[in-house]
Formats: sequence, C-alpha cells, structure tokens
Amino acid sequence: MNSDPKLERIAKGKALALCATGTWTASFAPVLERMVADAEKLAGGPQSIFIDVSEVAKLDTFGAWLIERLRRSLTKGPVEAQIAGLSANYSSLVDEVRRVRAGAVVEGGTVTITGMLEQIGRTVAGVGGTIAGLVDMLGAVLAAWFRVLIHPRTLRLTSTVHHMEQVCWRAVPIIVLITFLIGCIIAQQGIFHFRRFGADIFVVDMLGVLVLREIGVLLVAIMVAGRSGSAYTAELGSMKMREEIDALRTMGFDPIEVLVLPRMMALVLALPILAFLGAMAALYGGGLVAWLYGGVEPEAFLLRLRDAISIDHFIVGIVKAPVMAAVIGIVACVEGLAVQGSAESLGQHTTASVVKGIFFVIVMDGVFAIFFASIGM
Amino acid sequence: MAGEMQDPIIRVRDITVQFGSTRVLDGLNLDVKRGEILGFVGPSGAGKSVLTRTIIGLVPKVAGSIEVFGVDLDSSNTSQRRNVERRWGVLFQQGALFSSLTVRQNIQFPMREYLRVSQRLMDEITMAKLTMVGLKPEVSDRFPSELSGGMIKRVALARALSLDPDLVFLDEPTSGLDPIGAGDFDELVRTLQRTLGLTVFMVTHDLDSLYTACDRIAVLGNGKIIAAGSIADMQASQHPWLRQYFHGKRARAVMG
Repeated sequence: MNSDPKLERIAKGKALALCATGTWTASFAPVLERMVADAEKLAGGPQSIFIDVSEVAKLDTFGAWLIERLRRSLTKGPVEAQIAGLSANYSSLVDEVRRVRAGAVVEGGTVTITGMLEQIGRTVAGVGGTIAGLVDMLGAVLAAWFRVLIHPRTLRLTSTVHHMEQVCWRAVPIIVLITFLIGCIIAQQGIFHFRRFGADIFVVDMLGVLVLREIGVLLVAIMVAGRSGSAYTAELGSMKMREEIDALRTMGFDPIEVLVLPRMMALVLALPILAFLGAMAALYGGGLVAWLYGGVEPEAFLLRLRDAISIDHFIVGIVKAPVMAAVIGIVACVEGLAVQGSAESLGQHTTASVVKGIFFVIVMDGVFAIFFASIGM
Repeated sequence: MAGEMQDPIIRVRDITVQFGSTRVLDGLNLDVKRGEILGFVGPSGAGKSVLTRTIIGLVPKVAGSIEVFGVDLDSSNTSQRRNVERRWGVLFQQGALFSSLTVRQNIQFPMREYLRVSQRLMDEITMAKLTMVGLKPEVSDRFPSELSGGMIKRVALARALSLDPDLVFLDEPTSGLDPIGAGDFDELVRTLQRTLGLTVFMVTHDLDSLYTACDRIAVLGNGKIIAAGSIADMQASQHPWLRQYFHGKRARAVMG
C-alpha cells in the first residue's frame, strides 16, 4: 500500500496545479524534501498555484509539514498558493501544522576564538571558587562537629557505623590484596637491582621506609578516593537530583549534620585503619618475596627491619592518614552537593571528585614531606 | 488492509506475569481496537503499569502471547520487532526524558536513529510537535531539569509522537498536573487522536480523563480484566470495586 510519492505539475488554464500523489510520510522524507525544494522554484511566477492533495494515499506530520512548507514559500510571490482537495481525515492535521511558527529554531552558538578564551578564563577563575567551596565545606563540617561535641546525643551513630562498614570493613580485602602485591613488587625489584652490588639485605631498609612513610598511606588514600570518594559523590549527587536534600532541609535538618558528618567521620576513622593494615600487608608481601626469591630468612628480615626503621617512620605515615581522609571526604561531599539535574552532571562531578581527591592527596603528601623534613623526622 | 482495520491493534492472550512467587497478572486477555482511546484503571498495585511494561517488552512474562500490529512479539525477529517499536510511542510516568539532552535533542533522538531526514526538516518537525503539545518554541533549548512537571509530560509526549506512531502508551499522563493542565492534556490527547489517527492506551486514575477522553475503559483486578466497555457500562456494573470507583464521592463530584 506504500507507493512512491510524486508531485506533478499540470497546467489548468491560467493556473498551475501541483498534484501530490503517493505516500507522504516520514520514510520518504528525503525524496519529498527534494521534490518540494524543486517545486519551490516556481515561486514568484505569474501563475496562480494550487496544491492538489486529493490523491495522497497517506499523510503524516512530516508530509503535512512539507506541503505546508511548499505552500508558504509559494505564497511569497504576488499570488497566494492554495491547498486543494484535502480529505476530511487529514484536514485537521494540516490545520494543526499551519499553526507552527516558521523560523522559530534558534541555532546553538558557534565556536569562536574569543569564546574559547572566555571558556579558559572562566575555568581558571573557577579554581578560586573550588578552593572557596572546599574551605566552606570544611568550616561547615567542623561547625557541625563542634555542635555534636556539645550535644553528643545528636551524633548519628547508626549512620556512622553503616558508613564505617561500607568504607572500612568492606574495603579491607581489596586494600590488603593490592598493598600485599605492591610489597611483593617493591621487594622483587629491590633484590633484582641490589644483588648486582651484593647489597641484597638493604632491600629491607628500602621496603620498610618506603612502605611505612609513603607508599602504604598514599596508595591506600588513592584507592579510598577512587572507591569511597566516588561513592559519596554519587550518593549525595543523586539525592540532590531527586530533591531529597531539599526535603531534609524543609524538615529542619541540616544536610551537613545528617549526611556529610557521618560520612566524614567514617572516612577519617577508616583511613588510618586501612593504612595500617595496608602497611602490614605490604611488609608481609615484601618479606615473603625476600625469603622465597632473595633468600633472606624471616629472622634476618625482622632483625634488619628492626634496625632500619624506627617508630618515627610509622608515625610519619599514619599521621597523614586522617588528614588525607578529610581531604577526600570534603572534596567528595562538595562535588556531590554541586550536582545539577542531569545524569551527565552526576558523571562529571563523580569524575571531578576522584580526580581532585587524588590530586589533593598527593599535594598534601608533598606538604607533609616538607614539614617532616624540616622538623627532622 | 481491510482485515487489519477489523483486527485489534493490540491483542493480549492469557498472559501471566510473576515476580518471585507473587502472581501479578494471571491469564489476562485484552484487545485494543484501532483508533480508540482505551482508559485502563484498577486499584493501586493491581499491575496496570506491569501490563503496560509487559506489552512493550520491558517485563518478561511467564506465559501467554502478545500481538501488536498483528505481529507476535515472541516469535518475531529483530527487524520485525524494530518495525513495531518504530510505530509505537511510550510516555513514561515520570517522563523519562534524557536529562543530558535539550528538549529539541530529546524529540529528535528517535528521528535521528530511525529516519534519514535533513537537520532543517527535523528542526521544523520538532517545532510542529512542540506546537501540537501546546509548548512554545522557546523551550526547545532548555534541559529537562529546567522544566516544570506539566512541561516534562508535554515534552515526553512530543518525544513519544516524534516518529508519528500509530499507537501510544500513556502511563498516568495527568498525574501530578493541576486540574486545568490535566483537562488540557485530555483535550490534547483527543485532538491528536483525531488529527493523527492515533490509538491510545492510557493508564490513568483520573476520573475526568475517563469521562472526557476515553472511548472505552478496561478495569484490572486480581490479575485479570474484570470489566471492559463504555463509561455507561462501568456505571451499570455491579462489581464492588467498580461501584465504589464510579459511585464514590469523587466520582459523584466529577459527574456533577
């Protein structure tokens, strides 16, 4: 029942008839558009024109609009074009289409050099806003924390414990596995290269200092930023999207106290624990490789480790953990609460949360390195 | 063609849908005729949305068959199925607009996938669809999060209509709209049915919609269709739920 659409020109006395036949539907749109564009060239002629649609087998919005487009462009001349032979079925559709305002489409802006420069400028200026946002959140969290210290009953213990389970307990297997493997790799590389100088045993010094001071906590912080920071941002972001946070506010709750503080507390408690477990796993892995691959007996390993490291190394490492946790948590919560209405925005902010979280963790690590070097630890 | 006119556009036979051990639909039969507006009612949680989602293929069924446009959806191949999907439009309860696309991109999304149409024609058709659903062209560059609830429903309807479907599914189209907006929406559905020759499958709780927009009403209860017919049939029915529904306080208020 579908037949190719046609638009034939038939002279009828002084007038010109354009006879539309066949199926005028979306599936024939390219053909129809070409025919209509062709016929539009007749505009401005002396003849009066009418478009005969009595033979059209099927018409939909696309077809109806193209006939209307043709009528409009033919009407630009001295004579008005008419549509004739409209069946009752389709007349209401054509009437409906006639109400459409043409040329109402607003095109999106084009890319210009000035526009790009403006974009860069705005992004740079936005950095200040990011820092201000982080400080703002830090202040709000501390204020909420002091309120909780004054009224300990307002502490949301259940929520905190729940988040502890999520970010600490459930993270233990993966954190232990990865730090174990990293310990193995450090020891293997150390032995492989130190052996040439006959300095196998110094691998213990390297492993101990590296794991306890730097790698243990830094690696765990980066993994927590990827694992829990992103989860915080996605949770808060989707709550923001569904107006759940607005709902909390209208009930007289402070979202910082209800949502952010338990998450922050969980993270600040979790990261030192995870960093400690991670460091132990890395030392164990390194020791195992040193024994099996490097032939360093466990007793020798432990003796050497006791000489090589002091409690200072461990303190330097573990002191950094809660600070890094706070940075990750604040970045994640700021990004979560900045999510706008769309799924795309949620994705952007979750990405930003992880990227900024890791960035700030490394910056903090550098700051700590300078600090501990200057106090001689 | 003549035969197709007589045949129902949707033919549901003995379908059973189960979630775990809960049987939601139990051997349900339903026909939707070409060109009608079918209002679908039933108590909350009776499975109205489940039936809609089963017909459009989002919920798997345990038994039974569904034919849409004379195509059995179980035995059809991908291209037949694609063909059927191209001929129906769905308006979800919450609109389900793509939140990262503008109104215009939302409406043009199905056109881009299924049709080979120039950008100019797509833009013009988008304007035509927006006009049809009673929106101003200015909204076309807004994102869904910048629209009001009523506007979201209208844009979602425009998207459902973007390929000029023969059949539309509306899941509670007037819920969350003010009475005037809801009345306009009913009017709109009527107009579109007239102008585009649509068949409409409308899940609704809105008594006004049932009275003003629907040609026929089907009632779901206990996993089956307990009644189907005109509004007069419904009022005459002795079924207890129907009596309560059509003779309750709110129904009397609607009837004046």
